[in-house]
Amino acid sequence: MPATQEEIFEKVQAALIDALGVDENEVTPGATLVGDLGAESIDFLDIVFRLEKAFGISIPREDLSPEDILTNSQYVKDGVVTADGMSKLKSRMPWADLSKFEKNPRVQDFGNLLTVRDMCNYVETKIS
Amino acid sequence: MRWMWVDRFTEFVSGSHACGIKNVALDQDVLDEYCPGFPYLPPTLIIEGMAQIGGILVSEKFDWDKRVVLAKVAKAEFFFPAQPGDQLDYRVVLDSAQEDGAVAIGTSHRDGELQASIELMFAFLEDGKLVQGPLFKPGDLATMLRLMKMFNVAVGADGKPLRISDKL
Repeated sequence: MPATQEEIFEKVQAALIDALGVDENEVTPGATLVGDLGAESIDFLDIVFRLEKAFGISIPREDLSPEDILTNSQYVKDGVVTADGMSKLKSRMPWADLSKFEKNPRVQDFGNLLTVRDMCNYVETKIS
Repeated sequence: MRWMWVDRFTEFVSGSHACGIKNVALDQDVLDEYCPGFPYLPPTLIIEGMAQIGGILVSEKFDWDKRVVLAKVAKAEFFFPAQPGDQLDYRVVLDSAQEDGAVAIGTSHRDGELQASIELMFAFLEDGKLVQGPLFKPGDLATMLRLMKMFNVAVGADGKPLRISDKL
């Protein structure tokens, strides 16, 4: 039986609580991993390990960290993601809500983009 | 001071788990000033001891090709202090190992009683990060592992004794 959205959220929430040492009530769907939950770069590897284990999935590292796009001069000009770059990001990350980022797509702001809801959406695409 | 926080390996099974002992002695400088009047081994050094066992476990798993570093202590619980005269039994189990990192679970017992429980995450340094080339000078790690008598107990997944790798 496929996991419900609620079950996915509970497992993602548990992974984030363990990885980031935050309280359950902090891990809300709209919370950003970096800004609200204090995730640092090494925490993303920890989160990936925990999600892979919790859901029995394999997570290609470039799925959550599209560094190859964000450091490619073909897709970034003067620190801002170009229209081509945005298109590439949307294609790579259809599960992420990029609408806010798209209004002012500075590369430096990308790190604080992902929310708990995005992570749940991502997992849902992997297990469905 | 030698930065070795395990006195001796007592078990080592490639890719699975490793155990070691740490004796706490009153003559150790590190006990002097940590908590004056109440000498005990700082918990951070108990983590370090288990991290050393875990790091070796991970390094050997990847045939000593990875530059393994402790990246994160995801959990650490201590239930009582390790005081002079105590012998701590460390056991570190490899929970998962992937191409870009590994997770290990460690426990410390004194006389069969759980003294500490930790969860460690290791990452692999890409070449050029922090330092170039190997993290140890040729032969240094092998010397350290011999001092800890690792190769006296180490076996592969097939149960056969591990030989000292030429890469060490």
